[in-house]
Amino acid sequence: MTKSKSAYSTPTKLGKIDTHIIVVWVDNEASVLSRVVGLFSGRGYNIESLAVAEVDHKKNLSRITIVTTGTPQVIEQIVLQLKKLVPVHNVANFKRDDKNVIFREMALLKIVANPIKIKKALNTCKNFNPVVLDQTKKSVVIQITALRREIDNMIKNLKPLGLVSASRTGAVAMTRGAEILN
Amino acid sequence: MPKLYSGAEIVFKCLEDQKVEHIFGYPGGAVLPIYDELKNHPSIKHILVRHEQGAGHAAEGYARSTGKPGVVLVTSGPGATNVVTALTDAYMDSVPLVCISGQVPTHLIGTDAFQECDTTGITRPCTKHNWLVKNINDLPRIMHEAFEVATTGRPGPVLVDIPKDIQFAKTKYFKPSKKKSNLKIKNRFKQKDIDQLIELMSKAKKPIFYTGGGVINSGPKASELLRELVSLTGFPITSTLQGLGAYPGDDNQFLGMLGMHGTYEANNAMHDCDLLINIGARFDDRITGKIDEFSPKSKKVHIDIDPSSINKIVKVDLSIVGDVVDVISSTTKTLKKKNLNLVKSNKQKISNWWQQIQKWRKKQSLSYIGSDKIIKPQYAVERLYELTKKQDTFITTEVGQHQMWAAQHYKFNKPNRWMTSGGLGTMGYGLPAAIGVQVAHPKKLVVDIAGEASILMNMQEISTAVQYNLPIKVFILNNQYMGMVRQWQELLHEKNYSESYSKALPDFVKLAEAYGCVGICAKEPNELDEKIEEMINTDRPVIFDCHVDQDENCFPMIPSGKPHNQMLLGPNDQEANKISGKGKALV
Repeated sequence: MTKSKSAYSTPTKLGKIDTHIIVVWVDNEASVLSRVVGLFSGRGYNIESLAVAEVDHKKNLSRITIVTTGTPQVIEQIVLQLKKLVPVHNVANFKRDDKNVIFREMALLKIVANPIKIKKALNTCKNFNPVVLDQTKKSVVIQITALRREIDNMIKNLKPLGLVSASRTGAVAMTRGAEILN
Repeated sequence: MPKLYSGAEIVFKCLEDQKVEHIFGYPGGAVLPIYDELKNHPSIKHILVRHEQGAGHAAEGYARSTGKPGVVLVTSGPGATNVVTALTDAYMDSVPLVCISGQVPTHLIGTDAFQECDTTGITRPCTKHNWLVKNINDLPRIMHEAFEVATTGRPGPVLVDIPKDIQFAKTKYFKPSKKKSNLKIKNRFKQKDIDQLIELMSKAKKPIFYTGGGVINSGPKASELLRELVSLTGFPITSTLQGLGAYPGDDNQFLGMLGMHGTYEANNAMHDCDLLINIGARFDDRITGKIDEFSPKSKKVHIDIDPSSINKIVKVDLSIVGDVVDVISSTTKTLKKKNLNLVKSNKQKISNWWQQIQKWRKKQSLSYIGSDKIIKPQYAVERLYELTKKQDTFITTEVGQHQMWAAQHYKFNKPNRWMTSGGLGTMGYGLPAAIGVQVAHPKKLVVDIAGEASILMNMQEISTAVQYNLPIKVFILNNQYMGMVRQWQELLHEKNYSESYSKALPDFVKLAEAYGCVGICAKEPNELDEKIEEMINTDRPVIFDCHVDQDENCFPMIPSGKPHNQMLLGPNDQEANKISGKGKALV
């Protein structure tokens, strides 16, 4: 073994990395998002997607849904740190493969092509609740809702059919059944 | 119609209601309305520092020696950025600070105005919480909340950024509410957790208490309770750097400090124990050494007020989230109620353990080779301890070898007597911290054990000590090197002493005189006691330049990436091992 020249220990075995969806209820105030996001960036972790909006105007509450990856230890630490933030009311944490939770993302897809290709494109989207939001002779804007990887696939499949622009929300989450998260 | 107060008045009304007696600060354009208001509040004394970092560390020293939050007042821009190091330091070591910073007027925020910076943005990762006050009506609530956040749960720094126009604007004032907020829920443990702990304690054959700064932060009562628990159980106890003083340093059950420069017995006991009870410590990397091989055979219990400390570094078998005072008193109560006389039943069980510990103790890992020609730094700290132990002495330190020697050789008997920058390791901490301690305890002896490199980082604050007649003693172990850097370079970088030697040091005696305080210099061991006495008996600030052995290294040490049972011992032991040839493997 070579002698370590560092005043710090060398990294040891890492845990398995999983994808987690973290839902955070926060006071809707300036800087709250950067406080939440700072806990991730301060540890060098990337956020895969982020969805945030006010959900209760009266109570001034926003709901943030964050998709991220990390070892169980890191995720636990982030959740506990989130709970310590002053404007945070509650935190929920799910694995992406949790069967009790529904995850959805929305995407707006702009296709510029001839009518035949547009028709084909609409057909390709049919399993993902397509809504045509705008249509001209040469173009269409389709809204779909699906899981992240389904949208990934759609984007791949629609490229040859004239997809020129895609805009996606982050994932949002809701539990199944009568239970509520908060 | 209730009376309306200006923002500046509200700041002081709040400080009065929070029973603040001292604030540490430095004026500037964006806080002038607050400074203007100072004269109307005679119960609050302002200490003018020479640099805002000094204000922050002084407030830390004040807070750590009293248990009350330290208050800092700085201006916008450079005032705020200068205090960032102190805020980070307080965040790492869980010191309650309330920092009030001026900000450019609301309408200029974001325009790169003169002395503007994004203070709340910069300080977000180094405070528990911060506020930019954009509406005068929010100010009373925010000020009270700031004190609450700083002092509840795991304490820490907060910052309130007040734009200049808000300081002039007027609103109603209200007193802090008495009702308990969510922040105050600190205990989340149940009786069954305590029962489980006692179960583990009664089964253990090789138990150890590993205590930290959380015991100090929990208040003097926690230290009393800890002493009772330790004597009731008969278990050995070791402490982190920040926990020193919670348990008497000269007690037989105390194994000394653990960690990188901890004692041989403490570290080996941590490695070999079968029950590790962590009370208010955080498994810092200077403590654990190589994490895979950290205390491999033990059941681990973690008592901490901060749920996010649990399982952060080391997975534990039992976690008890709560205030140390409450957890220990529940434990002791249950112990007594169950009439589990652990002392009797366990004494047999753990007597072998104590025998083993005695064997480790025989190594005398803190010993060093003395000299009658040159002052050994350890000897200097030992003499300082012997000559000051009769009075209630407060010690602060800078960061480096001298800090470790102070921790090893100065024995603390009471909590809140030891102020050192452990987490962040801020050189330049000790002098301003000593000022803060002396402000809080004007009649007590306050000594900053320093190195000549560290002290120069905040040397300007000696001027503050002179201005307020604060008779602090700066005891410099002068070896002309950044000693800890030099030590690492010697051990790990083939003695390439890159930039660790200070070629042009000031004459500290003349420097002391220039600042208007007293300079004392000691060069030989036989004059040391007399000079230390002279320092203690001087009722003015003193800079003591103690010339020590330049080549001395701080031992024992755990080399990087090594577990607790592979310590590197001092020259005495290395000499002995050289003969038998066993020592090489350790280096």
